[in-house]
Amino acid sequence: MITTEEVLQDVVIKFAGDSGDGMQLTGSQFTNNTAMLGIDLATFPDFPAEIRAPIGTLPGVSGFQLHFSSNRIFTPGDDCDVLVAMNAAALKVNVKNLKKGGKIIVNTDGFDARNLRLANYPDGINPLEDESLTNYEVIKIDVTKLTREALKDFEMGTKEKDRAKNMFVLGFLYWMYNRNMDNTINFLTEKFGKKDTILQSNIKALQAGYNYADTTETFTTRFSVEKARMVKGNYRNIMGNQALSYGLIAASQKSGLQLFLGSYPITPASDILHELSKHKAFGIKTFQAEDEIAAITSAIGASYGGSLGVTTTSGPGMALKAEAMGLAIMLEIPLLIINVQRGGPSTGLPTKTEQSDLLQAYYGRNGESPMPVISASTPSDCFGAVYEAVRIAVQHMTPVILLSDGFIANGSEPWKFPKSDDLHKIEVKFKTELGDHEEKFQPYLRDEKLVRPWAIPGTAGLEHRVGGIEKQNITGNVSYDPDNHQLMVKIREEKVEKIAQFIPEQKLDNGLEKGKVLILGWGSTYGAIKSAVNELLAEGYEVAHAHLRYVRPFPKNLGDILKNYEHVLIPEINNGQLIKIIRDKFLIDAKGYNKIMGIPITKGEIIDEVKKIIEEE
Amino acid sequence: MSTITETRPVTLTAKDFATDQEVRWCPGCGDYSILAQVQKIMPGIGVPKENIVIISGIGCSSRFPYYMNTYGMHSIHGRATAIASGLKASRPELSVWIVSGDGDSLSIGGNHTIHLLRRNFDVNLLMFNNQIYGLTKGQYSPTSEKKKITKSTPYGSIDHPFNPLALALGADATFIGRSMDRDPKHLQTMLTRSHQHKGASFLEIYQNCNIFNDGAFEIFTEKSTKMEEALFLEHGKPLVYGTARDKGIKIEGLRPVAVQLGNGVSEDDLWIHDEKDFYKAQVLVRMFDDPQQSVHFPRPFGVFYETERACYEDIMQMQIEETIATKGAGDLDKLLRGREVWEIAG
Repeated sequence: MITTEEVLQDVVIKFAGDSGDGMQLTGSQFTNNTAMLGIDLATFPDFPAEIRAPIGTLPGVSGFQLHFSSNRIFTPGDDCDVLVAMNAAALKVNVKNLKKGGKIIVNTDGFDARNLRLANYPDGINPLEDESLTNYEVIKIDVTKLTREALKDFEMGTKEKDRAKNMFVLGFLYWMYNRNMDNTINFLTEKFGKKDTILQSNIKALQAGYNYADTTETFTTRFSVEKARMVKGNYRNIMGNQALSYGLIAASQKSGLQLFLGSYPITPASDILHELSKHKAFGIKTFQAEDEIAAITSAIGASYGGSLGVTTTSGPGMALKAEAMGLAIMLEIPLLIINVQRGGPSTGLPTKTEQSDLLQAYYGRNGESPMPVISASTPSDCFGAVYEAVRIAVQHMTPVILLSDGFIANGSEPWKFPKSDDLHKIEVKFKTELGDHEEKFQPYLRDEKLVRPWAIPGTAGLEHRVGGIEKQNITGNVSYDPDNHQLMVKIREEKVEKIAQFIPEQKLDNGLEKGKVLILGWGSTYGAIKSAVNELLAEGYEVAHAHLRYVRPFPKNLGDILKNYEHVLIPEINNGQLIKIIRDKFLIDAKGYNKIMGIPITKGEIIDEVKKIIEEE
Repeated sequence: MSTITETRPVTLTAKDFATDQEVRWCPGCGDYSILAQVQKIMPGIGVPKENIVIISGIGCSSRFPYYMNTYGMHSIHGRATAIASGLKASRPELSVWIVSGDGDSLSIGGNHTIHLLRRNFDVNLLMFNNQIYGLTKGQYSPTSEKKKITKSTPYGSIDHPFNPLALALGADATFIGRSMDRDPKHLQTMLTRSHQHKGASFLEIYQNCNIFNDGAFEIFTEKSTKMEEALFLEHGKPLVYGTARDKGIKIEGLRPVAVQLGNGVSEDDLWIHDEKDFYKAQVLVRMFDDPQQSVHFPRPFGVFYETERACYEDIMQMQIEETIATKGAGDLDKLLRGREVWEIAG
């Protein structure tokens, strides 16, 4: 039979299975394959908090969503076109997000009596056999049986053979989307090169899946998606935590400062620690501390010694670091605190995303303790955001908080990576000696930016003491003087506010300069807002999108932008945090859209919300 | 004419290590003596003043850095050890001293203390033990004895106290010593030894708080009882004590036994102190008036134990150097580029 080829513009695939089924690997392999073709994409892995939740259960379902398109796209997609379900639980959890008419590729072996019971289907009910999936195109494959059959000549146990099931499925999809499988074969060779049986069995399963699709005439059509029209240049795929790590390495190289990371493992930030600990060739020192407090205080020690001190964490760890952040504010030394946010409070939802900690970043310390806050918007934006955070920390002698979140951290997208020569240098000056008119070193004598000198141990003649007790301006001596405390509180605040003069003005990301609704966002809502505004503009709505990278201080023209619209809508994956600060600072009647479910806001939800605001007028 | 100027080594004195800040401990506080002894030994340790950093936490003792004309940081409660870890890891060439108290390093900062010791950073931890919370005005501390009446224990403390040296040994400290504020010579020796030790040095210093816990260590410091109650350890020498130096410690099996010299018992029968003996150190740190022990022992002072173990900061640096030697220095462009790149033509 002859297969025809259909060119699609936009596809969303969800790979779902048990957490032991290897769906993250399958998804990321298909992603890399897609990326290499120059197709635009965005991904969203969604996995359980348990390392191995009970097999076959609903909490054990692990998913990986991939959106790819020949158009520019900014989100992993609201609903799916294709669902790969390796068992009954995976189908049950994900079918509600499948478009009507969408394809479901199921492993029928995952729908036996036991799996159906574990997925909480009532006795005697099998969704593959009743009418419940009539709105979809269901492709039933006994992946387990076929994989075992393909590997019958391999001398390995059934359990081991079953581990290659995901490769069978991947091969099947590669045929379906008309792909070349070289990148995955190369990947497997690198991963299992020394274990030949495992390598060969995986390749065999991959090819078996491909051939199965080819010979069984499951589809009469193969699909393809063309290259996206993207800005000219060299691209690679990148995940958020990876981009953050690379941004730190680049900032270390471009500032000439040794990078020191003090960190304690916490989801979803640990991958930054893992990544940086690999790159010793850049002279990076990573220190897995005994707890969150030692993680930040060791970084303070390193900064005090003249390194670029960094600590990485998530909400609960952020809370533990609060006192030490106050110390860094008093010491007025550079420090970077990276919070990859997750659902809270307390342990909350460790593997789910939430813009949980903006208020904590803004206000969560004892005393008057202002700190700059920078926010990353997309996986690749983590690079630029962290680079800026480092620049501000070292040039303004202040701790800086960088906010990312679980969605950005584990999501991926194509990145037009920079050349090292194109990155601006981060100028850092240590004080090395007394000036002409200085008799004694004054550690809190400030320049026009209100920034004090960075004099590090080992510098003769500049020996001095710093500490967390309030200090006299200029001399840095301990001072309990009432007027001095008021002065120092004001200076520390003004120092942070002055940073607004050294950051770019806020720009509209998209839309009209004046109009009905401005959607103001920060962080990982970027893609959903951008896509929503694109559609609304196409439909003729007077809307615009501004997205904040600099959350504290705000860019100095932000107030002027807000005045140009009848309504300001602030969508957030929390119960309303930026909105409180915007209302407080600019006294405007901003409206919130708040989703607190541990999952991203979708394009559709924002479109609906904007239309509601305009219709209510 | 030669343009080379000859730099002569400047001989510093204790005064060079004092600052212009008024020392604000209570009159009669044991901290004054400790400060004086630290200032006295500093000129002789062979480290330029600018390479010395003193880091403290919170508590009376933690005001220390303000009075030392070196680099210094008065940080937050319990965290001096963790700050020092980061500083030493990133700047191994600095001489890092931690000044802390019993509450600071054994209670709120207990976790960091044990981890600093097991990692064996080459730093000196001076733990001023006054068995009380002074700065918060008189609550019991983790080293206060049971039944102690304090502001927060009006019916007597029910907390079993820490044995700091046993704790440090349990955390695999590579240098463990004890001294006291009222024996300046001994304290100077112990401070110098702490500095000379390559690795984490844990020096417990008995320090009298004359306001909230006066006389806590009187039996070890007062002339009338000192020689009977304090046992001064010297490497290679027998464990002898007593005003007439007529008493000693023998070891029988795994137990120490206090004996009277004479009547056939000579110094040759006594335990010979060996700083390198880990097993004997376990027994020595337990000579601590444990209520479980039926016999009363004198309290040992001096170096209990010293051993060599690679320091964290050195291994950390070595890993970097080895990586660069085998793989070459990091190439930023190569990193950013990664393995799988595609080109979008204009």
